[in-house]
Amino acid sequence: MIGLLAALDAPTVVEAFGLGAVYSLMAVGIGLVFGVLRLVNFAYGQLVMVGAYTLAFTASWPVAASIVACYAVVVALSLAMDRAVFRPLRGESPAVMLVTTFAIAFVLQAVALLIDIRDDTIGEIASSIASFNQAITVAGVDVRKITIAAMVIAVVVLALLAVLLTRTTIGLHMRAAASDIGTARLLGVQADRVIGFAVLLSGLVAATVAVILTVQNPFVGPEFALRETIVVLVGVVVGGIDRLWTATLGGFAIGFATGLINGLLPTDKTVYLPSAVFALVILVLLLRPSGLFAWGRSTTVERV
Amino acid sequence: MAETVLELVSLEVRYGPVAAVRNLSFRVLEGEIVGLIGPNGAGKSTTLHAITGLVPASAGLVRLAGRPILGQPPERIARAGVALVPEGRRIFADFTVEENLRLGLAARRGRDGARSLDSAYELFPILQEFRRRPAGLLSGGQQQQLAIGRALVAQPRLLLLDEPSLGLGPTLVDNVFEALGRIRERGMTILLVEQRAQRTVALADRTYVLANGERRLRLGPADADDTDKLVAAYLG
Repeated sequence: MIGLLAALDAPTVVEAFGLGAVYSLMAVGIGLVFGVLRLVNFAYGQLVMVGAYTLAFTASWPVAASIVACYAVVVALSLAMDRAVFRPLRGESPAVMLVTTFAIAFVLQAVALLIDIRDDTIGEIASSIASFNQAITVAGVDVRKITIAAMVIAVVVLALLAVLLTRTTIGLHMRAAASDIGTARLLGVQADRVIGFAVLLSGLVAATVAVILTVQNPFVGPEFALRETIVVLVGVVVGGIDRLWTATLGGFAIGFATGLINGLLPTDKTVYLPSAVFALVILVLLLRPSGLFAWGRSTTVERV
Repeated sequence: MAETVLELVSLEVRYGPVAAVRNLSFRVLEGEIVGLIGPNGAGKSTTLHAITGLVPASAGLVRLAGRPILGQPPERIARAGVALVPEGRRIFADFTVEENLRLGLAARRGRDGARSLDSAYELFPILQEFRRRPAGLLSGGQQQQLAIGRALVAQPRLLLLDEPSLGLGPTLVDNVFEALGRIRERGMTILLVEQRAQRTVALADRTYVLANGERRLRLGPADADDTDKLVAAYLG
């Protein structure tokens, strides 16, 4: 065990923080929509995938234009999902909504594949932004630029979101809708507007994640971000899905743990990574089924 | 004659085969308090839920200042000027007192929100004192004040209250009825659903007795001390 911990060198810890940062962004994107719709959006990863394809297909454009295109496409798709599917299904059982998002995910993957294989190969390379993947030396530690960028972006995005939710009227309305949408509507909170805003924010975060992940791995295929989404969904549940900050911490925790375990495992043993991570998940859920970070929750809140 | 704020015409609400409210008609004029009393299951709360858009009506009309509002979603009815103090208060326990009051502003179209909170603080000074506290830490009576204050900051045309004295001790019940009197003095129009028949009849300009979803009787303030009439109203 001590030998394992000794293997924890600075670059491993920094990479683990970087992975935690990306996963916390995905968790907040999933958590925002879950809050107001009580809907677990399994298709969240496909928003990221579509963003990655957009970056790949616009690789010949100036980098800034390519990134703007990525945001435009992902946000448009996110809003379209809400209007076409989530809104008509609002109020249906969680099972129906979850299965519907599975269907959306696989439809988007299938469509991406059809578009992708027009050149007879699967996968596209997002070459223009790959240079951000280079390492630089900070305080004697080799770190990829994108890892630092991911951490900074995650902190900024989460801080902006915290300000938005606690200091603005739309944020207050979003929190009220997430807490008790029936009472919120009785008070005049406009459900469509609040949900639309949450979906918009969630789409902006998905586009941000698409840019970061594409820099880290410029090879874009139909299953891009699929594995990450599954891991993040698990992290969100482990953290506690019914609150945004516990869900976000859960996303961070599973990313950080994955990064650490990956660093601890000898190079020829990384095949054990998923089994180690998910064994840990089962253990956490057995010990704290309502969520790893669900402490301090008042159990005597009056609901009636 | 004062303007009609709320008008119900032959309202009917069904839960499956059961009619919870049948052929219910009455008016609430500007500045009036109208009471709705009756035993459990009489259809009092259902009537409020139909007015606020929480349950669909199967027949009849509801007009707010002459405009039909049945079938609209709750948020639109709230923004048209109907504020409900719901049964059980339904405050946001994790939010501060001030955040709860600011939520009440959601139904307002005007921009002078800060001034509007002041009017709630004037009526219930304890809310200003505790404005930074989580609302869940308030006592039951204070939470009821918060729920009423939250409805008032919307500056509604019509204030609906669903059993505001439920679960409160005698002194706090006095406080609630006393506050309703002060709210009336500000010119507010009120429809009050209550179990406390005698207090309601004494306060309201008119009180209707509901039983089995139907209007059975109309009482005036003079009937408040007529115990026989009140008992008879309940026993049908």
